[in-house]
Amino acid sequence: MTPLGLYEPGTSLLHRAPTGPSLLAVLLIAAGTVLTSDPWVLAGVCGLVALGYVVARVPWRRLRPLLRTLALLLVLIGLVQWWLLGPERALVIALRLVAAIGAASLFTLTTRVDDLVSAVERGLGPLRRFGVRPERVGLLVGLTIQSVGTLSGIAGQVRASAKARGAGGSVTAFAVPFMIRTLRHADALGEALAARGWGDDDTRPSPPHVAEP
Amino acid sequence: MIEFSGVGHRYGDRVVLDGVDLTLPQSRVALIGANGSGKSTLARTVNGLVTPTEGTVRVDGRDPARQGSAVRRRVGFVFSDPDSQIVMPTAGEDVAFSLRRTVRNRAERARLAAETLTGFGLGDHIEHPAHQLSGGQKQLLALCAVLVLDPDVLVCDEPTTLLDLRNKKAFAERLAGLRQQVLLATHDLDLLEGFDRVIVLDGGRVVADDEPEPAVAHYRKLCT
Amino acid sequence: MSGSRSTLPAASLARVVVFAAFIAVLGLFPGIGGVAGVPIVVQNAGPILAGAILGWKLGTASVALLLGLTAIGLPLLSGGRGGLAPFVGPSAGFVVGWLLSALVTGLIVQRARTRTLPVLLLACLAGLLADYLIGIPVIGLFVGDLGAGLLQSLVFVPGDLIKVVLAAVIAGLVHRALPDLLPPTTSAGSPVR
Ligand SMILES: Nc1ncnc2c1ncn2[C@@H]1O[C@H](COP(=O)(O)OP(=O)(O)OP(=O)(O)O)[C@@H](O)[C@H]1O
Ligand SMILES: [Mg+2]
Repeated sequence: MTPLGLYEPGTSLLHRAPTGPSLLAVLLIAAGTVLTSDPWVLAGVCGLVALGYVVARVPWRRLRPLLRTLALLLVLIGLVQWWLLGPERALVIALRLVAAIGAASLFTLTTRVDDLVSAVERGLGPLRRFGVRPERVGLLVGLTIQSVGTLSGIAGQVRASAKARGAGGSVTAFAVPFMIRTLRHADALGEALAARGWGDDDTRPSPPHVAEP
Repeated sequence: MIEFSGVGHRYGDRVVLDGVDLTLPQSRVALIGANGSGKSTLARTVNGLVTPTEGTVRVDGRDPARQGSAVRRRVGFVFSDPDSQIVMPTAGEDVAFSLRRTVRNRAERARLAAETLTGFGLGDHIEHPAHQLSGGQKQLLALCAVLVLDPDVLVCDEPTTLLDLRNKKAFAERLAGLRQQVLLATHDLDLLEGFDRVIVLDGGRVVADDEPEPAVAHYRKLCT
Repeated sequence: MSGSRSTLPAASLARVVVFAAFIAVLGLFPGIGGVAGVPIVVQNAGPILAGAILGWKLGTASVALLLGLTAIGLPLLSGGRGGLAPFVGPSAGFVVGWLLSALVTGLIVQRARTRTLPVLLLACLAGLLADYLIGIPVIGLFVGDLGAGLLQSLVFVPGDLIKVVLAAVIAGLVHRALPDLLPPTTSAGSPVR
């Protein structure tokens, strides 16, 4: 996984659009699709979203997995709803799905993780007085990505040793040692962070045993 | 200078350190002893990661249990598993992370980090994902991340366990060249060369405290 | 290893971060186990495990972190999904319900006197139901009919029940391996037996 996440670099109008208003637009579309049941309106929204993909020049290799996900959902949900509620309602639901998921994915494809991190940091600013430290959001992102890397490595090792013990198919033979090594990694990471002064700069009142005299 | 006076520690009913009295002015001090003898626990009391249940620890006169934050600024800690110590995505960012409280300017942090990494032969890897470094490089990175703050004391808990012979040697050479006071907990008796003082722990007590050779001889006798 | 060695905030933070990563990694390995050749997506057992193993506070925090990072565009959900899409589609309720899953499971595990398998099974099942409590109405809203949403969700029930059992078994084994992982919150001071 890259720190870029799902972002697809580009210079289009949508890439340059400010983060806050774009996010608002996506949320409005998502809410709107649930509120209306008019297939023509929904089809119009779908068309707009599709236009957005053209404007943003989303490459085919990014489009393909999205279409696969959508198709899978449409089959899974559309068919059941056709059977339960009839073809017209099933169509409405399918259009809703395409509009909402399409718009949200478009937003994610054209917005940098960094920009969103800054937006979140700004958004959390007012919570500072309640002990929230917005400047730590970026750090949390880095730490989590880092841990995903470490844990994937551990998972691979644990899987190999479960196989070596002839328990390749057993879920517990994999999950329990994986879980335990995960917790051990968490403890080691916690110690390393503490040793590097994490928490020492806290403005919150510290527990008595670490308080300055 | 590190001082332990009457330091004892227990987890539940289990006594893991018992009446440790030591004054350590020397620049190179090692802790050796069997698995579970209390080396890691004692080492962790030096920067307040473990608060002993009895007695007190002083680092240059400060008590890590009360002035943890101040002590941790002067005491760097290197652990054995580099994967758990590296907290940022790239080598440069990881070293810069250490400076976040002392250096306000982001560019200045990056510059200092790059300088330290270059000094340790990692100059080509500043922008690299830290995860893709070799085990030896990761451990050097962990060392850089600590030394960039220029601490007075460096505590290492089995820093070479996961390294091959060559990387171990390289790490030991780096360690030997430092101006810092070093407290090293290890099973690797090769690392003790050039140390001023070696302390042998057994069942949480100090059973020998001497120059490397006699201390190691005592340790070997314990194991037979 | 346990919380007893260090009570600094860094230890809690590390658990939250690492468990968020753990749930993400569960999504990277879709083929673990599998029933009759059909790979089961084990990721939605993650939030239940988070509650059962870290307790309600840190468990819920780690799920919140995972969801937050997913929303800003990291592909942390199973199959490399991420971004806002999972939060606006029909399964949005189930994803957000993970928060309640971790909370409910964690609360029961911490309040219970013992960590025997039946207790853990109950806690994990309650966690699953908590997820349904949010997930099913949202599907209902999406398809415009609660009953149809309910029927739609039935597809997941057998797989989810298997995951609940697995989560309970795993949590039991982990708590036996690391007995002081999660101190009891009830009956202050008195040891659990
Ligand atoms: N968090 C903990 N809870 C309970 N017991 C612990 C904990 N941490 C360490 N111990 C126990 O304390 C004792 C000393 O552990 P310590 O890690 O200090 O030994 P060590 O000399 O570093 O051993 P090793 O050479 O294996 O690293 C051991 O018996 C260990 O089981
Ligand atoms: Mg040790």
